[in-house]
Amino acid sequence: MTARGGAPAVVAEGLTRRFGDFVAVDHVSFEVGGGEIFGFLGPNGAGKTTTIRILTGLLLPTSGRGTVAGHDLMTGTRAIKRSIGYMSQLFSLYGDLTVEENIAFFSRLYGVPGARRAVRRDWVLEMAGLAEQRDRLTAELPLGWKQRLALGCAVLHEPPILFLDEPTSGVDPISRSAFWDLIYALADQGTTIFVTTHYMEEAEYCHRLALMNRGKLIALDTPRGLRAAMREPILEVRVSDAPRGAEALMAVPGVIEAAMFGRVLHVAVTDVAGARAALPARLTAHGVTVTGIEQIEPSLEDVFVALVRAEGGAPVD
Amino acid sequence: MDGLTFTVGRGELFGLVGPDGAGKTTTLRMLAGVLRPSSGDAKLNGVSVARDPERVKHDLAYMSQRFGLYTDLTVLENLEFYADLYQVPRAERSARLERLFRFSNLGPFRDRLAGKLSGGMKQKLGLSCALIHQPEILLLDEPTFGVDPISRRDLWLIIHEMVAQGVTAVVSTAYMDEAERFDRLALLHRGGVLALDTPDALRGSLGGAVLAVLVDRVRAAREALRRHPAVRGATVFGDRLHVTVRDAGADAPQVEAALRDGGFSVRELRPVEPSLEDVFIMRIAMAEAA
Repeated sequence: MTARGGAPAVVAEGLTRRFGDFVAVDHVSFEVGGGEIFGFLGPNGAGKTTTIRILTGLLLPTSGRGTVAGHDLMTGTRAIKRSIGYMSQLFSLYGDLTVEENIAFFSRLYGVPGARRAVRRDWVLEMAGLAEQRDRLTAELPLGWKQRLALGCAVLHEPPILFLDEPTSGVDPISRSAFWDLIYALADQGTTIFVTTHYMEEAEYCHRLALMNRGKLIALDTPRGLRAAMREPILEVRVSDAPRGAEALMAVPGVIEAAMFGRVLHVAVTDVAGARAALPARLTAHGVTVTGIEQIEPSLEDVFVALVRAEGGAPVD
Repeated sequence: MDGLTFTVGRGELFGLVGPDGAGKTTTLRMLAGVLRPSSGDAKLNGVSVARDPERVKHDLAYMSQRFGLYTDLTVLENLEFYADLYQVPRAERSARLERLFRFSNLGPFRDRLAGKLSGGMKQKLGLSCALIHQPEILLLDEPTFGVDPISRRDLWLIIHEMVAQGVTAVVSTAYMDEAERFDRLALLHRGGVLALDTPDALRGSLGGAVLAVLVDRVRAAREALRRHPAVRGATVFGDRLHVTVRDAGADAPQVEAALRDGGFSVRELRPVEPSLEDVFIMRIAMAEAA
């Protein structure tokens, strides 16, 4: 299933990459539709970066096959690099160049035709809201603005597919919201977005999500589908002291996991009725007052943690 | 930073939040004594950072976004190195290590080279190293930057455990769900303090109500509502639209009608407790408009 119509922008079939004895990517298969916003999730070290390196033509798979923008992952790596935009959390922007100089530099690098460069430059300045900052040194810009500039530079050559590797790490809520507006605008124009993030609130913005752990693809669905498929019930417990409450519920029978979620606890349990009966007494015994307990729809973070746990926990490498 | 003044109580978990470039990192660097203020001073445990930076350093742990781990040493060797550096008595080391391992879940990886750890585990090891000398004050600059949800939970467990033992922690973050954990937080903006209070009091300061709306084409719906007279602010929040209004009872029907008139299908609309993100966005917008 793909969220949008048309030929798939990305196809992966049994993609595998070994480094010596270590299997970084293990028979991973999925398709991403044209214009889809595809979220790629997983714990640190799950194999996300290796997969992206293969899909961006930087690394050959050991086995398996696939295409990006119709180009073969084995034989078409040069064509792939011309068909994609790529932005990582370690931006490639030059801090000692101005905003406009960075745009000019990446225009030449990506082979934007001379006649089109001014149009694309103006488009990026407008899109990123940087028109008035065009002569400022890039190093002096706040992080959120740098990220918007990096995004603009990554799409100067109007690639059909854009890879974003943790594009909003460390960015404040206002800049993050502005960044996602840009992502949606690009997707609405038909650009396929392949994005990694560690923030589950952002994962909600994706049309579909793939979750990797230990090199394997362990889930692939819409955000709503993933929440609906979660088997473990989640209780939201309102308490006087959430950190103490979370500790009090460690290693309690029937409690799979208790974690702070803002100021409340999200408790994954084996049995709702049993937990409703047992948890208040346990918390009270630890000096924690319970002011509310109810079963809720799991958050994407609950789903993420449960799926990774079910697959043997986060990777060790 | 411009004339920044605040106090943090002993044993408090105190947060620094604010837009990029508001001065969170600069503030922490000045508190840690690695950046000298142009004017003013900070006192940690009553000791002046300006006059006695060496004595201050003994009491505090500062973890910057790029904490120095030795990638060619193992997890245990890194911890031992920092224990030596801070002259932790041998007799106390094993108990401290055991405690840090319990919360960081790094115990099984004690013999792994730090360079071979994932990003989340490196961050947990960095925090553990910063804590090995049992500092009284923790200064943490975005400790969960780039960390996955599971390691993020572990990192916060470590921080809460330290605070439970009486340690004072000043922590910066860009993530408002984390800010809910703070006892109090300072919202920094353009080098000054825009608001400083408990999460509940900040929520109360919103002076309105928030409606969570499950609606199709959520970004277009937000744009449609921005011009509505009853709407003070509208932001996309996860899969919902958060709409800030003056009064939930009076304004909810108007918001719903406006969306339906605009051709949107509203699947759910209900008042919710404002999140700190709602408060953050509203306060910054008000400050920018002023």
